[in-house]
This record gives sequence, C-alpha cells and structure tokens, in this order.
Amino acid sequence: MTGIRLGLSSRLIQLTTVLALLFLWYLATTNRWVNPVILPRLDLVWRDLVALVGTGAVYQHLAVTAFELAVAFAIAAVLGLAVGFWVGTSRYASLAFEPLIAGIYAVPLIIFLPLFILFFGLGVQSKIAFGASYAFFPIALNTIGGISQVDQRYLTLARSMKASQWLIFRRVLLPGALPVIVTGLRVGCITGFLSIIGGEMLAGLQGLGSQISRLSEAMNSSQMFAYIVFVIALALVLNFVLSAIENRFKPVGEVA
Amino acid sequence: MSDVLNTAVPVPASKPARFTMSPGAARIAFILAVLIVWEVLGHTVLNANFISPPSVILGSLPRVLGNPQILKALWDTLYELIVAFVISVVAGVLVGIAIGANRIALKSVVPMILLAYSIPQITILPIFTLVFGIGPASKIAFGVSHGIFPIALNVIAGMQTVERTHLTFARSLGASRLQVLRRVILPHITPSLFSGLRLTMSATLLGVVLAELYISTGGIGYYTRLFSDSFDPGAMFALVSVLGLMAVVLNEIVRRAERRASFWTTQNR
Repeated sequence: MTGIRLGLSSRLIQLTTVLALLFLWYLATTNRWVNPVILPRLDLVWRDLVALVGTGAVYQHLAVTAFELAVAFAIAAVLGLAVGFWVGTSRYASLAFEPLIAGIYAVPLIIFLPLFILFFGLGVQSKIAFGASYAFFPIALNTIGGISQVDQRYLTLARSMKASQWLIFRRVLLPGALPVIVTGLRVGCITGFLSIIGGEMLAGLQGLGSQISRLSEAMNSSQMFAYIVFVIALALVLNFVLSAIENRFKPVGEVA
Repeated sequence: MSDVLNTAVPVPASKPARFTMSPGAARIAFILAVLIVWEVLGHTVLNANFISPPSVILGSLPRVLGNPQILKALWDTLYELIVAFVISVVAGVLVGIAIGANRIALKSVVPMILLAYSIPQITILPIFTLVFGIGPASKIAFGVSHGIFPIALNVIAGMQTVERTHLTFARSLGASRLQVLRRVILPHITPSLFSGLRLTMSATLLGVVLAELYISTGGIGYYTRLFSDSFDPGAMFALVSVLGLMAVVLNEIVRRAERRASFWTTQNR
C-alpha cells in the first residue's frame, strides 16, 4: 500500500520536475538568456518534432537504427546464450572463462569503436557488429550467473533420478535460470540500442544517431533537439516495454 | 585398519590418467590461442589495410608512442579522466550525503536523480561540445555527467543501511554532527562508497572516451580518424591498445582500493 503511494508521489515529483524544467527552458529562451544555438526555443523544437513525426522524415532513420538493433540483438542473444550456457554449465569453464568475459566487459568497449569502423566501414555493418559486441556481455554474464544460482539440490535430485542432459537443461536449468537470463537480455538490448546510437553519432551515414551529430555540425539546434527528444523518448519506451516483458518472467511476488 | 579406511573412502579428485590444466592456465592458453590464430590469419586471409596481426601492432607501438603529439593526446585523455573522476567523486559524495541525511530530500530528489539517470546521455553529447567547446572542458564535463550518478546513488543507498540505533547512541553521547558523520556514517557507507567508486570509474571512462572520439578535430578522435583514413591499422590498433591498457589500469586501481577498504564486510567477494 505504502509502496504504491510512494511510487505515485515519486512519479508526481518527476512530472513536476519535467514541467518546471520545460517552463525554465521556455523562459530562458523567449527572454534570450542563453544563446539559441545552445538552447533553441521550446516552441521551435516542438514544431520540428511534430514535423519530423508528421512528415515521416524520421522514419527512414528510425528504420535503419531499428534494423541495426534487431540484427545486433539477435546475434548477441544467440552467441551470449550459447557461450553463457556452455560456460555456466561447466564448473571448470566458468572458473576459467567467467573472469575473462567480465574482465573484457570492464573495459569500455567504446574504445574499440574505431577498429569496428575501420574493419566494417561507416555503414550499418559496423553498427551491428559494435552493438552486438556490447549486448553480448550482459547476456552471457547473466546466463552464467543465472545458471550458477540454480539450487544444486535440484540438479542432484534430477541426476539421481537418471534425467538425461537434455531433460536437466529443459526442466531444471532453464526454468531456474530464466529470470536472470531475461534480465540479461533486457540489459543487453538497451545497451545495444545506446551503443548503436553512439556508434552512429561518432561515425555514421544513416540512422538516428548520425542525424543528431549531422544537425549539430550544421548548428541546426532546434531540429537536433527534436531528434534528441525523439531518441530519448524511444529509449524510455523501449526500457518500459522490456521491463514489462521481464517482469512477466519473474517469480510471483518478486515483480518490481 | 587404515587400509580399510583408505579403500572404503572413494577419492573422486584423483584422475591420474587425465591431463588437466588449472582454470587460470586454461584462460591464458585460450588468450594465447586467439593471438596465434589472429597472427596466422593476419598474414594469410585478412586484408592488411583493415586489420593487423599482433606482431605488426606491437611493431607500430614505438612509432605511435614516439609521436609527441599522439603522446600528448594520450596524456590529455588521462588528465581528463582523472579530473572528471575526482570531480564526480567529490561532488557525488557531497550530494549523496546531503540527500541521504535528509528524509524529505531523499524522497523528493532521488526520483529526479533516477529520472535524469535514465536519459541516454550519449544523445546530448553535441550539447556538451556546443556549451564547453572542443577542448578538455567538454570531455571532463561529459565524463562528470556520466560519473556523478553511480557514486551519488551508492552513497545515498549506503546511508540507508546505517543503523538507527547507532545514530541515536552517538547523539545521546553528545556527538556533534561532524563527529556522527566521521565516526558512524562514513565507516558504514565505506563498502557502498567503494563499489560506487568502481562504477564511477567505468562511467567516467565511457563519458570521456565518447567525447574524445566524437571530437575529431583534436586529441584521440583526430588520430583515430587519421589512421583509419590512411589505412594504417597497425597504428590504430596500437593507439587503441594503449587506451585500453589505461582503462584496465585505472579500473584495477579502483578495484584493489575497493577490496582493501571493505575487507571486513562479508557481503563483498
């Protein structure tokens, strides 16, 4: 009960903050307290945002980014789950390789973006490869972690009843590890999305991210802000949808 | 008697017939195998204009580090990282303690922080270059904007674990606010503070490197563009390796500090 009230009041605070910031933005720009290149007028941003969505100018870039994300996520999910299950189900492999995977992930992979660009070019391939490598790590690490926290007694029980490897996987490991794995998939998808936007911004020809940096170079601030607002809204929606899906896999009573 | 015991107890660990490596050795063997395969492929299948074998990268290292301008760009990046990290930590700890100590601030400000933290910051990178220019200031500012959140949130979370009885006890003994902070709150939040430091280090690395790569008129971003435009993958890999090494060393320093500072807690592994 209190949880719900708390959630509501914090939503209210967030809403008020956003409205106050928008009002401040409006005041600062209409009174020209700040340079319009740095902060364009709110109504111009709104006009450009409506135009982007209304005329459909944004959709061709959205399509490119969505395609990159879909392919990158599919690659990362297949590889991450495969490696995660292989490493997670063997004690030896998890001792040998889990620190390696976690160690590589501790290095910000963005450092290697220039290598991806060099190897795969400026097009969609480099974004797919970069997004997939960023998304791979949370998926693989969560799969390993999810399997390791399956109660060993269930495994012993299943083995003592002569369950086959496949049956153990299907009936014990997968259901036990699934909530953690699904979290890894969500984090991987979000990370993949952000790294694809980042890759497009740093070096890209198409996609939402490249539009932001192109408009910034052209000093077309109101359109740039319109794209930024669009991408932020997209990220929030993606996060919301994925969290809702994730919660369906959580055991009853643990729904956040 | 002892013979009976020895034969009765099965010893599963001893499998003398099979050769086994320790997991650490297997890890190193795997890395070496990858390097060897890379080296062989680099000399045969892969296009030398786009990817270099490890030996060529190693050979390019003196050339890259010998260039005083590249060396300066690397030092600048290290400087930006350290400054951004220090600013994030100082500001984050102060903000965290101020918010964590006050119930009203806790309930009103934390939702705003979480809201700001949920915005994908990469999208607003161009605004940082518009406001702060293309020098170190924008890179430091972008690093701080990434780094301040984890440390502040961890300090706030850590302060919620301080036991009320300890606070009441300290106050009943007439401790001043500063003494309470120094003797009760700080020791309590040490573990979460240090795990916050680790998260802040990787966030700062992300922010600073993003800004460095985005701004291609100077610094690391200029040289990565130069090397890729001139099809010089050896130099590119060498430069990126040095950056990666920098990240590993900085991460490791913070990780060691974390392990040292929280050795007495059982929740840390």
